Amino acid sequence: MSDHTFLPAWREQSLGRRVFLRVSAASAASVALIAAGCSGTTTTPTPADPYQLALPAGDSGLLYYAYLLALAQITLYQKVVDAPPTDLTTAERAVFADLRDHEVVHQKTISYLIDTTGATQLVPTDFVFNLSKFTLSTRAGVLAAAQQVADLVAAAYPVLLTLFTTSSVPQRTILLKMSSVQARQAAAVRDLLTPGSFANSDVVDSAGQLLTKTPTEVMTALAPYFAPYVISVASLAVPV
Amino acid sequence: MNFFNIIDLLAEADPDVLDRFSSRRAVFNSLGTVAQRAALATSPLFLGALFQKAYAGTASLPTDILNYALTLELLEADFYRQFLAAGQIPAGAAFDAITVIKTHEDAHVAYLHDAVIKAGGTPVTGSSTAGIRFNPSLLPATYADQLKYAQVLEDTGVRAYKGRAAELIGTDLLTPVLQIHSIEARHAAHIRTMRGQQPWVSIGDDLAADANYKAAYTSGVASSTRTTVALGGTTYGIPAFNPAQPSPQESNLQQGAAGTKLALLITTGIGSTTYLPDDAAAAFDEPLQAAEVLDSSRAGGLLA
Repeated sequence: MSDHTFLPAWREQSLGRRVFLRVSAASAASVALIAAGCSGTTTTPTPADPYQLALPAGDSGLLYYAYLLALAQITLYQKVVDAPPTDLTTAERAVFADLRDHEVVHQKTISYLIDTTGATQLVPTDFVFNLSKFTLSTRAGVLAAAQQVADLVAAAYPVLLTLFTTSSVPQRTILLKMSSVQARQAAAVRDLLTPGSFANSDVVDSAGQLLTKTPTEVMTALAPYFAPYVISVASLAVPV
Repeated sequence: MNFFNIIDLLAEADPDVLDRFSSRRAVFNSLGTVAQRAALATSPLFLGALFQKAYAGTASLPTDILNYALTLELLEADFYRQFLAAGQIPAGAAFDAITVIKTHEDAHVAYLHDAVIKAGGTPVTGSSTAGIRFNPSLLPATYADQLKYAQVLEDTGVRAYKGRAAELIGTDLLTPVLQIHSIEARHAAHIRTMRGQQPWVSIGDDLAADANYKAAYTSGVASSTRTTVALGGTTYGIPAFNPAQPSPQESNLQQGAAGTKLALLITTGIGSTTYLPDDAAAAFDEPLQAAEVLDSSRAGGLLA
């Protein structure tokens, strides 16, 4: 990992525009360094956990949150496109290619909203969505994994959209436009795994409304796949 | 990760970057105070800002927005009632799916009906013979053609909720409306799959090229517009339509325009990679204004 790729982000941090890059760890350490310098002690600062990633507060944190959701989906869908199980049909492979393409568009758009220059390294270079816990060697395993992730993201968006606190109009509007596409994706994947399950009672309540998930619930569900990194959503607006 | 080296780098300052981010920060904060938000949230200017349109007329009340949503749900629910009653749906998966969707639409009607009352308004009503209902003379004879109307209604429902969600920001109604919006999208995806179409909006969509249905995937209005809707036993207000700035069409490839900020062409404008127009269009569902949805060329034309 090159430290230089982090530089733009750190400049942003110094200007008060918080970004999601081991910020908490380095900030704590720099405070400790300053404290050490002022007091003249020789105490060695204790680095915070380098694998602790805190989403920044406010709307930029929501963009990072959406970015991570897209990253998770892309990683999974790309893997299926690259190494489809033999029993995944041609038509189903085409669906995964579409899912991958749409999510890449989402991720790049979100990345652009965070930093139009593209200079900011948004996640550590060794940060990955780890697929090893999924069974991706069979059609059933691939579709089950895709359904789990697609439903989770679809459930995340209706909450995410309500958490915007400023009138950062383009961001919220674009994410609103993405939200129904997430719902379409989830329905499509569910129908592949279990025909007719596009809006089963495990995702829809008795009032005909989608069962949603808060950022905490979503990140808890994704935690095993982001390990060793730990995503903290504590700084997002309530309800997290 | 060379942790101390990063802290050294952090100490370096770049005046150009400072200037750039200072101005960006100012833009981000320009609408940020609570007072401004509160004012904007209740102002038609807020919606205008959201979709870069300057609406005339007064802001809609929550009851107006709920009655608008209830109008569409009543239309959908009655359509599915007629669809099922016509007896053309193949038994099994197709019949089961339409039955599930009808159940959801009925639940949406019930929820919105109660929500209007809780908000102090008079809900619009409809039945099989009166009020808001699907025009029975428009119901096609064949299952395949009936299913086309289902797709049009679901895709339009997604666009309709999207078009008014911003007006509910700061209210308890935003979350349930977004939850319903998601379900409409799931319905749309399934109906499209039943029709052998892509689950998402696609440039190759057959109905978007069909003269009878394509209006649902465009924008603008065909008939004169209004700001007061009298339907189903009551009246409610909708924002005035600005003919100079209709909603984006579903084939839209540009996102993010606001104020003086230019729209971004998704196909070539994000990073060094280019994207196919089909992916750029499919990745985003576009909103519709209330006047566009209720226009005679769209859902308004399907009312009895």
